[in-house]
Amino acid sequence: MELGGVLAYLVSFAIMASIYAVFSLGLNIQWGYTGLFNIGIAGFFCIGAYTSALITSPMPRGIYAQYVKQLFGLNLPFPFGLLGAALVCGLVALLIGIPTLRLREDYLAIATIGIAETFRLIFNNERWLANGPRGLMGLPQPLQGLVPSEYYNYLYLAIVFSIMWVIYWAIERAIRSPWGRVLKAIREDEVSAAMSGKDVFWFKMQSLVFGSMIMGVGGALYAHYTKAISPDVFTPLYGTFIIWVMLMAGGSGNNRGAILGAFLVWGIWIGTKFLTDLLPYTMKARAPYIRFLIVGVLLEVILIYRPQGLLGEEKKVSRFIEE
Amino acid sequence: MLELFVYGIVLGSIIALGAIGLTLVYGILRFANFAHGDLMTAGAYVALFFVASLFPSLGVPDARLAPFSFGWRMVAAFPLAMAAVAGVAILLDKTLYRKLRQKGSSAVMLAMSALGASFIVRMVVLILWGADYRSFYPGVLRPAMELPLGVKIRPDQVLILGVAAFLVVLLHLFLHRTKMGKAMRATADNPELARVSGIRTERVITCCWATGGALAAAAGVLYGIDVQIHPGMGWNFLLPLFAAAILGGIGNVYGALIGGLVIGVLQQLSTAFLLPTYKPAVAFVGMILILLIRPQGIFGPRE
Amino acid sequence: MNLLEVEGLRAGYTEEVDILNGVSVQVGEGEIVAIIGPNGAGKSTLLKAIFGLLRPREGKVTFSGEDITGAAPEVIVRKGMSYVPQVQNVFTSLTVQENLEMGAFVREDDFSDRLEALYRMFPDLERKKGERVGRLSGGQRQMVALARALMLDPKLLLLDEPSAGLSPAMVSVVFEKIREIKGAGVAILIVEQNAKEALRLSDRAYVLAMGRNVLSGPGEELLENEEVGRLYLGGG
Repeated sequence: MELGGVLAYLVSFAIMASIYAVFSLGLNIQWGYTGLFNIGIAGFFCIGAYTSALITSPMPRGIYAQYVKQLFGLNLPFPFGLLGAALVCGLVALLIGIPTLRLREDYLAIATIGIAETFRLIFNNERWLANGPRGLMGLPQPLQGLVPSEYYNYLYLAIVFSIMWVIYWAIERAIRSPWGRVLKAIREDEVSAAMSGKDVFWFKMQSLVFGSMIMGVGGALYAHYTKAISPDVFTPLYGTFIIWVMLMAGGSGNNRGAILGAFLVWGIWIGTKFLTDLLPYTMKARAPYIRFLIVGVLLEVILIYRPQGLLGEEKKVSRFIEE
Repeated sequence: MLELFVYGIVLGSIIALGAIGLTLVYGILRFANFAHGDLMTAGAYVALFFVASLFPSLGVPDARLAPFSFGWRMVAAFPLAMAAVAGVAILLDKTLYRKLRQKGSSAVMLAMSALGASFIVRMVVLILWGADYRSFYPGVLRPAMELPLGVKIRPDQVLILGVAAFLVVLLHLFLHRTKMGKAMRATADNPELARVSGIRTERVITCCWATGGALAAAAGVLYGIDVQIHPGMGWNFLLPLFAAAILGGIGNVYGALIGGLVIGVLQQLSTAFLLPTYKPAVAFVGMILILLIRPQGIFGPRE
Repeated sequence: MNLLEVEGLRAGYTEEVDILNGVSVQVGEGEIVAIIGPNGAGKSTLLKAIFGLLRPREGKVTFSGEDITGAAPEVIVRKGMSYVPQVQNVFTSLTVQENLEMGAFVREDDFSDRLEALYRMFPDLERKKGERVGRLSGGQRQMVALARALMLDPKLLLLDEPSAGLSPAMVSVVFEKIREIKGAGVAILIVEQNAKEALRLSDRAYVLAMGRNVLSGPGEELLENEEVGRLYLGGG
């Protein structure tokens, strides 16, 4: 395989891994720092992707209007798509959080499953919203004309990578602030935190909202990379479970762990493809299931033998203490 | 409308069987078993294996049991599927949850492990059978009977009600007339006092998984008899199962029974206004409403 | 040889803190031995450590000549020791009869004789035998708790503050019952906040403070003892 091909492959690997890293970082705020068991990541993935898609696409006109139905199309540039995705996800998180955040952790989990499923069903069945099961295609990409199309992915990688690091940096700053310490206190011992006068509900809500906004950005980045989205992309497997495996593998409560876990598990995922490529022809159709089985077993192994992940939790959350 | 209600009861009795198992596990093990839906899937596919693969190759006869849609093979496969999934549930406990219990892991970690287990079970089913929808007895005509008030119901569905009721009665006798059944209730009531009385918790837990798994398998097979089976069916049941268990008061077996029936009816009635694919969402909305209005459920303790 | 020998027990709930700092206690066959002392002295902890609900860090527990230090409750109960916790000592969602049946869980035989004997000892319970224990009054529940523990015909009964939360009338009833139980030949190790009653009831008693033995002796002697009277008997 020639160098150009290998590089291109690595670049697309890095783009997907970075996008998943963004999700992982968002989940880390919710779970790693606040203990919110969010199994509905796919829902925010979906909403973020669709929102950005709708904001950045034009309304279909003429002959296209017969094939593509969508609620709106603002044809705005990429940053508006990202912003819109974040804001809408944040709003949805706020609305969801109001009835569910006071629930016990496992009830919250089932509620998040329900939310993700409901959104997927809505997007799949309500054609007027975003073209139903066919989804949206031909999504624009930022700075499209800047480089020749065969090198575009390098540009996109740069964009995604920068956004990922900006998010990382922002979270790291936030975690080391008094706000972050309260979150940690809530996760360690909610009762004591409540008794020292902190409004636990409101802190949890902020964590849910910020985490979801970041996931929304991830969804938007995904949409503009693949240029086409449809409801069957945002399944519990690709859109939720794999991100949990990433965070648990890397180390929940650790932002570097979140990023590392994303790259590692995405690497394992891609790696399993090489394994299943060796399968006989008759088994090829089953390849994705075998690959996911491996990922599922990986999670179980992590939970039993190394629940703290590779990097473990960050111990110190004060910028006044030398690390 | 009445017909929707009647079918809702049929669907509800399937949900109830699953929800009872779920609530039993919650009462004794204190965690949300996200793999319960996929135990239903496992039951359905084990039955399929017996009916469509093993029995034919062994030459087991299959005289059709009119007016039902199935034959003798299904009658034999049903209890075997229940036993097999009881075994699967016990296996999952021994390899996964028990290890986490011994480490003192939190309920959330156990739930996460169950989530992983649900995907593992589903992937195994997908690997062995693929993603298509399957029927136990493809091509068999299933005419409906006509009941008074113009309600149509299939004989299969009447049988489902009967089997579900039978299993519930059996469970009741088990929980109230046998030593192990009472020990299970005692452990759910007060685990430390149960230990103090000499009840071996691990044995109770094994029994609990066996019961929960068997009931889930029964639910899965019954659903497959009525409709079809596909690898995602269990996951689609997860929301109704939890909604039913929470509605009835989590940990309360009879609450789960009532809850199942209510959710089944609600889901069916909703198809008068919504697409049938929205049924899990209906269950979900119902669950959120209960959690907002009366989180301990109908039969839960007064908070 | 004593029925129960506890030597130098050291135990606690967390890694850092020891509640018991080397406690020693003996109970002979058929005796009632009381443990009294101020709050936080480790009295309840002592019972838990003997019964295996807590692993002792140091020390030895011998029952009928056998070393049971740190054994699990399920094992200890099968050797003929029964424990009644202070709180949550009944199965509230089970009936009275079912509670008693759970008490007999470790028995392999037909225990209907035992059941009848206990119903004779607790006639109130027989009347309510089909009722859920959650519906009974505090005093009745305490009776169920005692009866449950007696179903297996124990040689030694550990009681953790049986009078806690009961009305004065009920307290006398409970202590009467305990005397009756002793009369049937069961040895009893009782932890009590109500020091006066406990001392009156007991053959011997130990005073515990800060996880250590402070005093011990026959119950009557300690009743007369001035220091004990001042510190623990409310100047009575």
